[in-house]
Amino acid sequence: MKDHATLAEEFIKDDARTNWHDETLWFVRQKRDKAAHGLPEWEQLREWASQIKNHTLSNMESYLEEFEKNALDNGVKVHWAADATEHNQIIHDIIKSKGITRIVKSKSMLTEECHLNHYLEEQGVEVVDTDLGERIVQFRHEPPSHIVLPAIHLKKQDVSDTFHEHLHTEKGNNDPTYLTRAARVHLREKFIASQLAITGVNFAIAETGGVVVCTNEGNADMGTHAADVHIACMGFEKLIPKASHLSVFLRLLARSATGQPITTYSSHFHKPRAGQEMHIVIVDNGRSDILGKADFRNALKCIRCAACFNTCPVYRRSGGFSYHTAVAGPIGSILNPNFDPKKYADLPFASSLCGSCSNVCPVKIDIHDQLWKWRQELSKGGHLPLSKKIMMKGMAFVLGRPALYRFGGASARWVLRHMPFLVKFKVNPWYKQREMPEAPKQSFRDWYIQNKKK
Amino acid sequence: MKIALFIPCYIDQFYPQVGQATLELLTKLGCEVDFPLNQTCCGQPMANSGFAAASKDCDKNFVRNFTGYDYIVGPSGSCVLHVKEHLKDDQHSEETIHIRKHIYELTEFITDVLKKEVHNAVFPHKVGLHNSCHGQRGLGLSSMSERMLPAFSKPEQLLSKVKGIQLLKPVRTDECCGFGGTFSVFEEAVSVKMGKDRIKQHEANEVEFITGVDVSCLMHLEGILKRQGSKVKTIHIAEILNTEA
Amino acid sequence: MSSRDKIFTAIRKNKPESVPYTEPDLSLVINYPDLMSQFSTVLTAIGGSCKEVASATEAKQFIDSIDKGAFVIDTTGVYPSDLTHLSPASLAAVDTAIIRGGVAVAENGSIWVTEENMVNRLLPFIAQQLILVIHEKDLVSTMHQAYERISVNETGFGVFIAGPSKTADIEQSLVIGAHGPCGMMAVVIRN
Repeated sequence: MKDHATLAEEFIKDDARTNWHDETLWFVRQKRDKAAHGLPEWEQLREWASQIKNHTLSNMESYLEEFEKNALDNGVKVHWAADATEHNQIIHDIIKSKGITRIVKSKSMLTEECHLNHYLEEQGVEVVDTDLGERIVQFRHEPPSHIVLPAIHLKKQDVSDTFHEHLHTEKGNNDPTYLTRAARVHLREKFIASQLAITGVNFAIAETGGVVVCTNEGNADMGTHAADVHIACMGFEKLIPKASHLSVFLRLLARSATGQPITTYSSHFHKPRAGQEMHIVIVDNGRSDILGKADFRNALKCIRCAACFNTCPVYRRSGGFSYHTAVAGPIGSILNPNFDPKKYADLPFASSLCGSCSNVCPVKIDIHDQLWKWRQELSKGGHLPLSKKIMMKGMAFVLGRPALYRFGGASARWVLRHMPFLVKFKVNPWYKQREMPEAPKQSFRDWYIQNKKK
Repeated sequence: MKIALFIPCYIDQFYPQVGQATLELLTKLGCEVDFPLNQTCCGQPMANSGFAAASKDCDKNFVRNFTGYDYIVGPSGSCVLHVKEHLKDDQHSEETIHIRKHIYELTEFITDVLKKEVHNAVFPHKVGLHNSCHGQRGLGLSSMSERMLPAFSKPEQLLSKVKGIQLLKPVRTDECCGFGGTFSVFEEAVSVKMGKDRIKQHEANEVEFITGVDVSCLMHLEGILKRQGSKVKTIHIAEILNTEA
Repeated sequence: MSSRDKIFTAIRKNKPESVPYTEPDLSLVINYPDLMSQFSTVLTAIGGSCKEVASATEAKQFIDSIDKGAFVIDTTGVYPSDLTHLSPASLAAVDTAIIRGGVAVAENGSIWVTEENMVNRLLPFIAQQLILVIHEKDLVSTMHQAYERISVNETGFGVFIAGPSKTADIEQSLVIGAHGPCGMMAVVIRN
């Protein structure tokens, strides 16, 4: 399997498209800045959000019990899934038991994480993704490349081609309004006909047993209110103690994500409507393990706003697919190694450790510090390439011994000769697109001894 | 006040003029500065690659060299930050803690500890300021575009007193240049793309020089500039502050 | 062991020691001196529109005067008695829905609408145009005050609606009218 560096290099080959991707996402970051600047209490809001999430994580079992009890009292069926397979099976069982064939799904990163669509397809069940971006990538048999903007890797001509093929739109008509209208007609038919609507959950309220789902398109609502069955899927970390805490999170979420003051729809589901069935599937899938890791647990605070994606100079220039996982970007780089350290050993290195991600995070996850800590973890676990290990140990050996270090540097600048990345030939990754620093005759130390030492 | 000069390994080997400028500048500002002769590297390249545990000898050597000083000052935000956050020597934990608490990047040492300005510097050029991430976001040398807090900049505060200088900031005032230590080689394509973009933004301001508090970022930008045949040069902030009429 | 028990056992074993939190201090939160103008400005900026009227009578006159298409459902007045049971297919033909809204939020232009207000949950989402009728006294500065005023579980479903349905999923170009209403207007009754 190709690693991030390789996939990124492939992405960057198309310079114009890379620039477009970078600039488009930077524009989203700027919108976020503007929205945040509008609130003098921004930094305070982040602190409140962080505290509420930390508190909830540290009292998870009691809030989960409270949530479950209230949801049951509301007439909702609550299911527990230890892992992705169980989550998928629970949903498939509901579908089977009712003989359901028409299913719509709004955006849920959890169902992406569990590969629900793929699982159901294998069982012969078709799911229609209803978020416009997700529908586009579904037509193309691609995963989303961004958790908030699933089709951000595509240009309008790509969408036009895809819609021409699947929705028979006019060939070459790239107008976003025209294309969106075509999807509107197509998806409204799907909503009206749907028997089951699957949604994600943005927040689950312990004190009321309700769940909140946020969209701009209205697709979660169109699906759930038309269908006879609603299944809401959530990782247990979506919990918050009280409804009043939604104020903190809803104020932060859309501003951080897209720079909007709030999403168009913030829907609060408590009871199924008359004649409807509502299910909530609560998923662990490795989360309880993360909860046990002091260095990494606060990644569970994430509210999936993707502000860290948009600000990340690496993500903007390497695209979502270079992370080869459902949740890409900086947050993905600290979450995925929990699930499979070997497969995702490259991700914590897909960062210059600039720290911008931690600064934009609305719930104050120490993302860049966790990236650094993951590097140590992966090294300890033996998940890094042997060549890197040999190189680093060699460097450490020399740099830990002053005489050896100076011996190397004395005549021709030790580093120039021995640090593998500073040697002038084509396969040297430093030299490929960069000149090397000139090696001066004298090191600073030599000069100091000659000129300054008393 | 006993001050030790910390000159990171790659500055020692490739950019001795930055070490010289730092030493001379501190001396001009009335400091008595010592250069511990057996210093090598802070251990950051290994640690950032996941091998912090393997750089024990570097850490020990660092503690051995820099014990017994009131302050340790270095012309690199990144290396200073690494020492502040990660220096580890269990056999000398008290000394280690003292070092971690008393190590400063050059500009913050001048503005916060010495509480001085640099008055005699002259640099009649158009200069672009690069905010290095570890100095800025790690050490807090300046306010950050992501945070909704009052604006300030210690490097700018010092540069603003330099005679004749025309300081220009690129759009995206504090985006990373893409160096990132070993990131620059293990993620070569992204690293260089980030550097090229940064350079484009500085070139749009028609600068003659790009300056900053970190030689490592400047080394990366310099490598790209030279390969591109650009006339723009890189210069460390100490070299500008150490100029005289 | 059931999955529920497995999950709870793992959480109990792994969770950190309980950490406290502070409830938001509303004295630190922005306060808009002119709620009406802030609400109207934001709602307009996010693609909605806002009409101020002096009274309920004037609201009715105003709504009567605008073009709402052929199929209108007005849950603030007389509406089909079987509205709750109308099929999604029939509702898809609704040109304009007129619904009473509750608390309205100046910082983001959103309006709280309950199941009781909308009668049929699908109505505010499926109609081509949405008109929400609200009272100026229900305007608050921020979401904090909004949640103080409402109980989220008063009815089985409630939603904050801020403007018309929209998307920017194609090259980040904003298109108003994704799946839901292509237009959304707040009619604010001054008292």
